[in-house]
Amino acid sequence: MYVHDDFDRTLIAERVAEFRDQVRRRLSGELTEDEFKPLRLMNGVYLQLHAYMLRIAIPYGTLSSNQMRTLAHVARRYDRGYGHFTTRQNIQFNWIKLAELPDAMADLAASGLHGMQTSGNCVRNITTDQWAAVAPDEIEDPRIWAELVRQYTTLHPEFSFLPRKFKIAVAAAAKDRAALRVHDIGLRLHRNGAGETGFEVMVGGGLGRTPFIAKTIKPFLLKRDVLSYIEAILRVYNQYGRRDNIYKARIKILVHELGAEAFAREVEQEWQAIKDGALALDPAVIAEIAARFRYPAYERLADNPIELNKARATDRRFDTWFGNSVARHRMPGYAIVTLSLKPEGGPPGDATAEQMDAIADLAERYSAGEIRVGHEQNLVLPHVRQRDLYALWRALDAIGVATPNVGLVSDIIACPGLDYCSLANARAIPVAQDLTRRFRNLDVARGLGRLHINISGCINACGHHHVGHIGILGIEKNGEEFYQVTIGGRADEDAALGTLIGPAVPSGEVVDVVEDLVAAYVELRERPGEIFLDTVKRVGVEPFKERVYAAR
Amino acid sequence: MRLVKAGRIVEDRFVRVLDESAVPDGVPVLLPAARFLADAEELGRRDAPTGVMWPNNRKVAELAPHLDRLALVALMFPAFKDGRAFSQARLIRERYGFRGELRATGQVLRDQFLFLLRAGFDAFEVTKDADAGAFAEAERRYSVFYQPTGDGRATALRARLARVRTSAGQMLEAAGEFHR
Repeated sequence: MYVHDDFDRTLIAERVAEFRDQVRRRLSGELTEDEFKPLRLMNGVYLQLHAYMLRIAIPYGTLSSNQMRTLAHVARRYDRGYGHFTTRQNIQFNWIKLAELPDAMADLAASGLHGMQTSGNCVRNITTDQWAAVAPDEIEDPRIWAELVRQYTTLHPEFSFLPRKFKIAVAAAAKDRAALRVHDIGLRLHRNGAGETGFEVMVGGGLGRTPFIAKTIKPFLLKRDVLSYIEAILRVYNQYGRRDNIYKARIKILVHELGAEAFAREVEQEWQAIKDGALALDPAVIAEIAARFRYPAYERLADNPIELNKARATDRRFDTWFGNSVARHRMPGYAIVTLSLKPEGGPPGDATAEQMDAIADLAERYSAGEIRVGHEQNLVLPHVRQRDLYALWRALDAIGVATPNVGLVSDIIACPGLDYCSLANARAIPVAQDLTRRFRNLDVARGLGRLHINISGCINACGHHHVGHIGILGIEKNGEEFYQVTIGGRADEDAALGTLIGPAVPSGEVVDVVEDLVAAYVELRERPGEIFLDTVKRVGVEPFKERVYAAR
Repeated sequence: MRLVKAGRIVEDRFVRVLDESAVPDGVPVLLPAARFLADAEELGRRDAPTGVMWPNNRKVAELAPHLDRLALVALMFPAFKDGRAFSQARLIRERYGFRGELRATGQVLRDQFLFLLRAGFDAFEVTKDADAGAFAEAERRYSVFYQPTGDGRATALRARLARVRTSAGQMLEAAGEFHR
């Protein structure tokens, strides 16, 4: 956990006071909706189809039990008793009243939570690997860097009115669990040939109507230079990013139009002028931030304790869940546990206030009071003793967050879609719900192996459909909902955009199409261990296309 | 529209001269960029202050060689959400060392005042009268700043380090006393 000090707390309190004043001026008519819009957006307040939506930042996806309880309180007191965890490791409340927003924010601030920069044309919440600091394949805790970047970008006087939103992700493992290459800036910590640790800097990734995979513009950047280099990128973007067309305003378009090399040269030139200035990080500054991350006092334990082995041998449901939702921890005797927020028939990523409270208690009891939010819209308990897994599982099962479908066909990422969002052309949640019903047999799902389905209700791609192994995009045709389907996308270290398989299908057929794709995969795969993505890579899109459209 | 300088509403002593009209003698003038660049040499020899209105889509590097002869640079916010002039301001102040008046013009609201101050602006053509009156309040809105700019406000990181060093120093002193 990062422990806020009086500076962080003061700033959040000052922000709440400022927003209270802005809401007052809006309600009195002193501010027009046009003027108020960028201000409310920078505090995470959207105007949706039915009400205002409040998005709360969960920096690098790390929550304490107390913060989770505060979220439960806000869900109960100001919303309809639930919240929605997002692909940016944030949480959204969909039914908040404008006049009550300042009070909700004040309640959140009391436990260090806020909605700052979760929306608007500024640098958004910094995201990272949800297994940060516990994954065995990681070289150091990337959240220290995410926190440094979070502070540097919070209320930045130069970069709060950028051409468009700006998303930064940091990770430090060989396996990319943070989707670095679909971010405006992706920072990958790695060691160079000389054994020094630094960043690979990737720029210009993003989805939306013009998707791009980020390009590496700096293979190795010293840690001391990370803030000055980000400032150079943002300064080039702030001045030269397009502002004439909202759909061409993201940095990916600037990088594409200039070319990655020319863009890198512009950044390099700007960076040379500032790299040894006030942003150069001295080791004391890094140490100060690192020192405020608290880690559990791990016990000396051995892997596979007898309690665990016994439970696995005697309880088949537990053993199935263990095989699916429990991952290796870097400390022996510990485990990383994923809580599925994708129950059969449920909207992906939703949790009720009761579930949040229960998870907060369980985290306190079993996970050093710490919870993570992953970009797949699931939660994680990162520090669980293996000997506690059986007891924990029973408690998780009782509150409905132990569906053993993590990483499987029914672990669907979906945006809120037309059920909530004023931008959407089609519904996303009901499609996800139907798919979880169609693939309700988890033995079958396990036989299909790793398979990510992503659903977006419009071209803005909040459900990241371009990088789904199967991607589903809702469009509108003559007033009807249709869906385009892509296959072969991925957001990991080998990030790629999916390929469209053919014409859009009506909403009544989309679940059948997915079933056809899955059936084709089962026939085409070389062996059961070859995952869907690898089969698509090996045989191409054609056989899948034939299968889907032959009968239609 | 009100001009705010040093936290107070003041009269604007600069006369705006458009592209075609003659530049009056003996009074401070504010000129469009093209007009200024066309006559930069001659204007530099005037006996009264000269200012330039610099558009937000033109590189400030082009203006840099002339800055020492200018009393005022006015940067533009054609819309509240168009933040290009924030970068221009920091470059003019921090890279090119301009010490004259740096004025924010266009759609300038109280919600930007502190950002503008931090970016190096010291004069503000404020769109709404009520906002001009609220300048002092807006300036005091925040006491914590995370990022260093040329405005010299202490950042939270530096303040924390100073605190760590002070308490470490006190602990050393206390330890010294104990040993004596």
